[in-house]
Amino acid sequence: MATRAKPITDERVRKVGIVNKLLSRPELGAVVGAILVFAFFSLVAGDRGFLSSRGIVSWLEVSAQLGILAVAVSLLMIGGQFDLSIGSMIAAAGMVIAISVVVYGWPMWAAILLAFAFAGLVGFINGYLVNRTGLPSFIVTLALLFVLRGATIGFTRLITGRTQVPGLHPQAEGDWLAFLFSGTLFGLPVSIYWWLALTILATWILLRTRFGNWIFATGGDPEAARNAGVPVQRVRIILFIGTAVAATIFATLQVLAAGSADVARGRLKEFEAIIATVIGGTLLTGGYGSAIGATFGALIFGMVQQGIFFTGVNTDWFQVFLGVMLLIAVLVNRYIRHRATVAK
Amino acid sequence: MTPLIEARRVSKYFGSVIALKDISFAVNPAEVHCLLGDNGAGKSTLIKIFSGVHKPSEGTLLVEGHEVVFNSPRDALDAGIATVHQHLSVQPLMSVTRNFFTGREPTKGWGLFSYFDLTFAEKTVREEMSKMGIDIRDPSQAVGTMSGGERQCVAIARAVYFGAKALILDEPTSALGVKQAGVVLRYIVQAKARGLGVVFITHNVHHAYPVADRFTLLKRGRSLGTFAKGEVPREAILSMMAGQEELEALEAELAESARHGAALAAASSRS
Repeated sequence: MATRAKPITDERVRKVGIVNKLLSRPELGAVVGAILVFAFFSLVAGDRGFLSSRGIVSWLEVSAQLGILAVAVSLLMIGGQFDLSIGSMIAAAGMVIAISVVVYGWPMWAAILLAFAFAGLVGFINGYLVNRTGLPSFIVTLALLFVLRGATIGFTRLITGRTQVPGLHPQAEGDWLAFLFSGTLFGLPVSIYWWLALTILATWILLRTRFGNWIFATGGDPEAARNAGVPVQRVRIILFIGTAVAATIFATLQVLAAGSADVARGRLKEFEAIIATVIGGTLLTGGYGSAIGATFGALIFGMVQQGIFFTGVNTDWFQVFLGVMLLIAVLVNRYIRHRATVAK
Repeated sequence: MTPLIEARRVSKYFGSVIALKDISFAVNPAEVHCLLGDNGAGKSTLIKIFSGVHKPSEGTLLVEGHEVVFNSPRDALDAGIATVHQHLSVQPLMSVTRNFFTGREPTKGWGLFSYFDLTFAEKTVREEMSKMGIDIRDPSQAVGTMSGGERQCVAIARAVYFGAKALILDEPTSALGVKQAGVVLRYIVQAKARGLGVVFITHNVHHAYPVADRFTLLKRGRSLGTFAKGEVPREAILSMMAGQEELEALEAELAESARHGAALAAASSRS
């Protein structure tokens, strides 16, 4: 080419400053929300325990446990899918560990590894069914919610005659793998460190890797993604394995903290994870969102759930707060998304 | 000259529907071949065959003289055939940079630690788009904020950058304003000058005529022939495209209906 075309500068376009760029980030609503919620509870219940060191640990721990689930769920939802089977997976994974150790005498580390292998299988099944049948993931994982829960109750009763399996604390003593999932470090429960590590990992994957770009593309427009050569089916399976693994991490932490497994654990956790994710700026329709946002959504959740307790108000009102918070968060996020993708 | 891409006596059936019958179509390097035809003529089906979405029911596809079979769009891409479909295959919620490199992200580092090289990607996007005459101030802006013409240019620039030898454009200017259409057409000419073969599908002869070297007309799944620009005057092409015979028949029918209606009105007013 002899001459390069002169760049066409559009007189209608103005330079968009840094502030504007910050304002269009998907996690903005959740970060601001977290600051506001923190300020509110500090003012109202700060001296009643919300800001005491035990109080802080209590809401951080709740946030951490939900956050572990939420960051995995956020990646899946950005990829365009739902996983309603997480709650049942938590109970199932917990039982796999407990029964292997207490009934079959397996060492703790082997039981934990078995649970993670089981997670891989469940995630693969979810992803494979969604890919093969073309059914909405809502339906497929809803089915697995029932299958897993029913199988957990059924097998546990069959093998142990009960619905709870206690007696895990002695078996966890000195086990190298259980060590990673229990206890505290510098006064903070180990779940908080898992939460931070998984948030960093999920954010790095989403924003800084090739695979992360594939997640956005698969969730935004799977047809366009496929045309560009993205392995859409493989991406989905990996994301479902991710949520199952997160559920298993949650289950391992819970089982080791309680010293027992219970078939009723994890109920409704899938919805809490979705709420935290949506508060964090992720679209229900996929293609846009943030793992950091989901983590802040989980933080808000933990602060509110424990904070209400510290204010002395009846904790039944928590659900009212949850619903209102969810609505406000979605409206704010919609505005932000509009600014980011259309209004410029 | 060996054509870049060629369809030889290709037919495509969907059950009992004959979408394409016995089509032979080729594009040479450094040539713009315009594919014309009314709705339902089979243009989209033909390009879906070239882009690897469908396999031909009969006939063969050739790339640079060698017979090929495409099992997926990826195969066609790897063979150097880049297609910009009508729906553009861009993701409105993603940034220009991420869209540009979807599926072919540049990475740095190795193994588990390899990451998407966004710095290189943004720099490249800015360069490639400015080669098209578009100043992308902020490649991290979402594609949804861009106009139709700019999105079109992102899609085309992406195809050319990734070493397309053949570029297939499905109605690229149909939804664009005059100035934007001009940008796209200018770019097509530049691509041709770089040696690419371009298949340009359109309804709009006024856009097609200045840039095209050859025209092929499809009608109801069959080819009405291929003409070089010099051979046939623009009006003849226009009339072939618009289906001159059908229009004249329609005009006659409408005139007849009008006459009939007037006669009925006259009769009822008398009685």
